[in-house]
Amino acid sequence: MERKTKVHAEKGKQELVIAREFDLPLELLFKAYVDPDIVGQWMGTNVLKLENKKHGSYQFETRDDQGKVVFRANGAIHEVVPNQRITRTFEMENAPFDVQLEFLVFERLTDSTSKLNIHIIYKSVALRDQQLQLPFAQGINMAHNRLEEIVRQLK
Amino acid sequence: MNLRRDVFQAIADPTRRAILLLVATQSMTAGAIASNFDTARPTVSKHLQILTECELLNQEQNGREIYYHFNAKKMKEVADFIEPFRNMWDDRFNKLETIMKNYKPNK
Repeated sequence: MERKTKVHAEKGKQELVIAREFDLPLELLFKAYVDPDIVGQWMGTNVLKLENKKHGSYQFETRDDQGKVVFRANGAIHEVVPNQRITRTFEMENAPFDVQLEFLVFERLTDSTSKLNIHIIYKSVALRDQQLQLPFAQGINMAHNRLEEIVRQLK
Repeated sequence: MNLRRDVFQAIADPTRRAILLLVATQSMTAGAIASNFDTARPTVSKHLQILTECELLNQEQNGREIYYHFNAKKMKEVADFIEPFRNMWDDRFNKLETIMKNYKPNK
Protein backbone atom coordinates (compact mmCIF):
# COMPACT_ATOMS: atom_id res chain seq x y z
CA MET A 1 0.00 0.00 0.00
CA GLU A 2 1.22 3.47 -0.80
CA ARG A 3 2.44 5.44 2.21
CA LYS A 4 0.45 8.64 2.30
CA THR A 5 1.12 9.96 5.79
CA LYS A 6 3.93 12.48 6.14
CA VAL A 7 5.68 13.30 9.40
CA HIS A 8 7.82 16.38 9.51
CA ALA A 9 9.99 16.65 12.61
CA GLU A 10 12.78 19.15 12.29
CA LYS A 11 15.85 18.36 14.36
CA GLY A 12 16.14 20.40 17.54
CA LYS A 13 12.54 21.67 17.51
CA GLN A 14 9.87 20.89 20.09
CA GLU A 15 7.15 20.47 17.50
CA LEU A 16 6.17 18.18 14.68
CA VAL A 17 3.66 18.08 11.86
CA ILE A 18 1.66 15.06 10.69
CA ALA A 19 -0.02 15.52 7.31
CA ARG A 20 -2.28 13.17 5.43
CA GLU A 21 -4.51 13.34 2.38
CA PHE A 22 -7.67 11.25 2.46
CA ASP A 23 -9.76 9.73 -0.23
CA LEU A 24 -12.80 11.05 1.68
CA PRO A 25 -15.02 14.14 1.50
CA LEU A 26 -14.12 16.74 4.14
CA GLU A 27 -17.35 16.14 6.11
CA LEU A 28 -16.62 12.42 6.52
CA LEU A 29 -13.03 13.08 7.60
CA PHE A 30 -14.21 15.55 10.22
CA LYS A 31 -16.90 13.14 11.41
CA ALA A 32 -14.22 10.51 12.02
CA TYR A 33 -12.74 12.91 14.58
CA VAL A 34 -15.90 13.91 16.43
CA ASP A 35 -18.08 10.77 16.49
CA PRO A 36 -16.99 8.85 19.64
CA ASP A 37 -17.79 5.39 18.18
CA ILE A 38 -15.81 6.06 15.03
CA VAL A 39 -12.85 7.59 16.90
CA GLY A 40 -12.72 4.48 19.07
CA GLN A 41 -12.69 2.23 16.01
CA TRP A 42 -9.74 3.74 14.19
CA MET A 43 -7.76 4.73 17.30
CA GLY A 44 -8.22 1.22 18.67
CA THR A 45 -9.27 2.52 22.09
CA ASN A 46 -12.41 3.13 24.15
CA VAL A 47 -13.70 6.68 24.07
CA LEU A 48 -14.95 7.36 27.61
CA LYS A 49 -15.76 10.97 26.92
CA LEU A 50 -15.62 13.30 23.92
CA GLU A 51 -17.21 16.74 24.19
CA ASN A 52 -16.76 18.54 20.88
CA LYS A 53 -17.19 22.08 22.09
CA LYS A 54 -15.24 25.04 23.32
CA HIS A 55 -13.78 24.15 26.73
CA GLY A 56 -14.96 20.54 26.43
CA SER A 57 -12.79 17.55 27.24
CA TYR A 58 -12.12 14.00 26.18
CA GLN A 59 -10.78 10.75 27.62
CA PHE A 60 -9.55 7.55 25.96
CA GLU A 61 -8.84 4.23 27.63
CA THR A 62 -7.59 0.84 26.44
CA ARG A 63 -7.73 -2.32 28.53
CA ASP A 64 -6.15 -5.71 27.84
CA ASP A 65 -8.02 -9.06 27.91
CA GLN A 66 -7.70 -9.21 31.69
CA GLY A 67 -9.30 -5.79 32.05
CA LYS A 68 -6.07 -4.12 33.06
CA VAL A 69 -5.67 -0.52 31.82
CA VAL A 70 -2.79 -0.39 29.34
CA PHE A 71 -3.36 3.10 27.91
CA ARG A 72 -5.23 6.12 29.13
CA ALA A 73 -5.13 9.60 27.68
CA ASN A 74 -7.10 12.78 28.13
CA GLY A 75 -7.20 16.37 27.03
CA ALA A 76 -9.07 19.64 27.02
CA ILE A 77 -10.70 20.90 23.86
CA HIS A 78 -9.96 24.54 23.32
CA GLU A 79 -11.93 25.12 20.15
CA VAL A 80 -13.97 23.19 17.57
CA VAL A 81 -14.96 24.72 14.23
CA PRO A 82 -16.89 22.07 12.26
CA ASN A 83 -15.11 20.92 9.09
CA GLN A 84 -12.28 23.36 9.74
CA ARG A 85 -10.29 22.86 12.91
CA ILE A 86 -9.94 21.38 16.39
CA THR A 87 -7.51 22.85 18.91
CA ARG A 88 -6.89 20.66 21.94
CA THR A 89 -4.39 19.37 24.46
CA PHE A 90 -3.36 15.72 24.73
CA GLU A 91 -1.81 13.96 27.67
CA MET A 92 -0.98 10.29 28.06
CA GLU A 93 -1.55 9.28 31.68
CA ASN A 94 1.26 7.50 33.56
CA ALA A 95 3.70 8.44 30.82
CA PRO A 96 6.62 10.86 31.08
CA PHE A 97 5.68 12.98 28.05
CA ASP A 98 3.79 15.82 29.76
CA VAL A 99 0.94 17.60 28.02
CA GLN A 100 1.09 18.55 24.34
CA LEU A 101 -0.84 21.13 22.33
CA GLU A 102 -2.45 20.00 19.07
CA PHE A 103 -3.73 22.10 16.18
CA LEU A 104 -5.82 19.98 13.80
CA VAL A 105 -6.69 21.64 10.51
CA PHE A 106 -9.17 19.99 8.14
CA GLU A 107 -9.10 21.06 4.54
CA ARG A 108 -11.21 20.30 1.48
CA LEU A 109 -9.19 19.36 -1.61
CA THR A 110 -11.95 18.23 -3.99
CA ASP A 111 -15.54 17.01 -3.46
CA SER A 112 -14.21 13.57 -2.66
CA THR A 113 -10.78 14.24 -1.16
CA SER A 114 -9.56 16.10 1.91
CA LYS A 115 -6.47 16.81 3.95
CA LEU A 116 -5.64 16.76 7.64
CA ASN A 117 -2.74 18.69 9.10
CA ILE A 118 -1.83 18.07 12.75
CA HIS A 119 0.65 20.47 14.31
CA ILE A 120 1.81 19.21 17.72
CA ILE A 121 3.82 21.28 20.19
CA TYR A 122 5.66 19.55 23.04
CA LYS A 123 7.04 20.96 26.28
CA SER A 124 10.62 20.29 25.17
CA VAL A 125 12.69 18.92 22.31
CA ALA A 126 13.68 15.93 24.45
CA LEU A 127 10.03 15.03 25.16
CA ARG A 128 9.16 15.26 21.48
CA ASP A 129 12.05 13.00 20.53
CA GLN A 130 11.08 10.48 23.23
CA GLN A 131 7.56 10.25 21.92
CA LEU A 132 8.75 9.89 18.34
CA GLN A 133 10.75 6.88 19.41
CA LEU A 134 7.97 5.26 21.41
CA PRO A 135 6.69 2.92 18.65
CA PHE A 136 10.26 1.85 18.04
CA ALA A 137 10.78 1.16 21.75
CA GLN A 138 7.60 -0.92 21.77
CA GLY A 139 8.94 -2.91 18.82
CA ILE A 140 12.09 -3.66 20.81
CA ASN A 141 9.97 -4.73 23.79
CA MET A 142 8.09 -7.12 21.53
CA ALA A 143 11.43 -8.49 20.38
CA HIS A 144 12.45 -8.98 24.02
CA ASN A 145 9.24 -10.86 24.77
CA ARG A 146 9.78 -13.00 21.70
CA LEU A 147 13.32 -13.76 22.80
CA GLU A 148 12.11 -14.76 26.25
CA GLU A 149 9.64 -17.08 24.57
CA ILE A 150 12.40 -18.66 22.47
CA VAL A 151 14.63 -19.09 25.52
CA ARG A 152 11.80 -20.71 27.47
CA GLN A 153 11.25 -23.23 24.68
CA LEU A 154 14.91 -24.20 24.77
CA LYS A 155 14.74 -25.27 28.42
CA MET B 1 16.33 5.89 0.68
CA ASN B 2 16.24 2.28 -0.41
CA LEU B 3 18.72 1.33 2.28
CA ARG B 4 16.60 2.99 4.94
CA ARG B 5 13.60 0.91 3.95
CA ASP B 6 15.72 -2.21 4.06
CA VAL B 7 16.79 -1.47 7.63
CA PHE B 8 13.19 -1.32 8.72
CA GLN B 9 12.35 -4.48 6.84
CA ALA B 10 15.26 -6.05 8.65
CA ILE B 11 14.00 -5.16 12.13
CA ALA B 12 10.36 -5.84 11.22
CA ASP B 13 11.05 -9.59 11.28
CA PRO B 14 10.79 -11.18 14.77
CA THR B 15 13.52 -13.78 14.12
CA ARG B 16 15.92 -11.09 12.96
CA ARG B 17 15.12 -9.00 16.04
CA ALA B 18 15.83 -12.03 18.20
CA ILE B 19 19.15 -12.52 16.38
CA LEU B 20 20.06 -8.88 17.01
CA LEU B 21 19.29 -9.20 20.70
CA LEU B 22 21.31 -12.38 20.88
CA VAL B 23 24.37 -10.93 19.14
CA ALA B 24 24.04 -7.67 21.10
CA THR B 25 25.03 -9.50 24.26
CA GLN B 26 27.96 -11.37 22.69
CA SER B 27 29.66 -11.76 19.31
CA MET B 28 28.88 -15.17 17.85
CA THR B 29 29.53 -17.43 14.86
CA ALA B 30 26.70 -18.30 12.48
CA GLY B 31 26.60 -21.83 13.89
CA ALA B 32 26.26 -20.59 17.48
CA ILE B 33 23.48 -18.19 16.46
CA ALA B 34 21.63 -20.92 14.52
CA SER B 35 21.78 -23.28 17.51
CA ASN B 36 19.48 -20.85 19.36
CA PHE B 37 16.67 -21.31 16.84
CA ASP B 38 14.51 -24.15 15.61
CA THR B 39 14.70 -22.57 12.17
CA ALA B 40 16.75 -24.37 9.48
CA ARG B 41 20.37 -23.27 9.26
CA PRO B 42 20.08 -21.82 5.68
CA THR B 43 17.15 -19.66 6.86
CA VAL B 44 19.27 -18.30 9.70
CA SER B 45 22.09 -17.66 7.20
CA LYS B 46 19.68 -15.68 5.04
CA HIS B 47 18.65 -13.58 8.07
CA LEU B 48 22.33 -12.96 8.90
CA GLN B 49 23.00 -11.91 5.32
CA ILE B 50 20.15 -9.36 5.41
CA LEU B 51 21.28 -7.98 8.79
CA THR B 52 24.85 -7.69 7.52
CA GLU B 53 23.78 -5.95 4.31
CA CYS B 54 21.87 -3.42 6.42
CA GLU B 55 24.98 -2.94 8.54
CA LEU B 56 23.13 -3.91 11.71
CA LEU B 57 25.69 -6.71 12.05
CA ASN B 58 29.39 -6.66 11.15
CA GLN B 59 31.42 -9.71 10.21
CA GLU B 60 34.90 -10.30 11.53
CA GLN B 61 37.25 -13.08 10.53
CA ASN B 62 38.85 -14.72 13.56
CA GLY B 63 41.11 -17.56 12.43
CA ARG B 64 38.88 -19.96 10.51
CA GLU B 65 35.68 -18.62 12.04
CA ILE B 66 33.55 -15.63 11.08
CA TYR B 67 32.11 -13.80 14.07
CA TYR B 68 29.07 -11.56 13.90
CA HIS B 69 29.15 -8.32 15.90
CA PHE B 70 26.24 -6.08 16.75
CA ASN B 71 26.61 -2.62 15.22
CA ALA B 72 25.19 -0.45 18.02
CA LYS B 73 25.93 2.76 16.11
CA LYS B 74 23.70 1.71 13.22
CA MET B 75 21.00 0.60 15.61
CA LYS B 76 21.11 4.01 17.31
CA GLU B 77 20.72 5.63 13.90
CA VAL B 78 17.66 3.51 13.26
CA ALA B 79 16.26 4.42 16.68
CA ASP B 80 16.53 8.08 15.77
CA PHE B 81 14.41 7.60 12.68
CA ILE B 82 10.79 8.59 12.80
CA GLU B 83 9.66 5.79 10.50
CA PRO B 84 7.93 3.62 13.15
CA PHE B 85 6.04 6.69 14.40
CA ARG B 86 4.96 7.53 10.85
CA ASN B 87 3.92 3.91 10.28
CA MET B 88 1.76 3.97 13.40
CA TRP B 89 -0.12 7.04 12.15
CA ASP B 90 -0.32 5.69 8.64
CA ASP B 91 -1.98 2.50 9.95
CA ARG B 92 -4.47 4.53 12.00
CA PHE B 93 -5.33 6.82 9.10
CA ASN B 94 -5.70 3.89 6.70
CA LYS B 95 -8.17 2.41 9.15
CA LEU B 96 -10.00 5.73 9.44
CA GLU B 97 -10.26 5.94 5.64
CA THR B 98 -11.60 2.39 5.33
CA ILE B 99 -14.19 2.92 8.08
CA MET B 100 -15.44 6.18 6.59
CA LYS B 101 -15.60 4.78 3.05
CA ASN B 102 -18.08 2.21 4.39
CA TYR B 103 -19.88 4.71 6.58
CA LYS B 104 -23.65 4.90 6.11
CA PRO B 105 -25.33 7.96 7.60
CA ASN B 106 -28.56 7.71 9.62
CA LYS B 107 -27.67 4.28 10.88
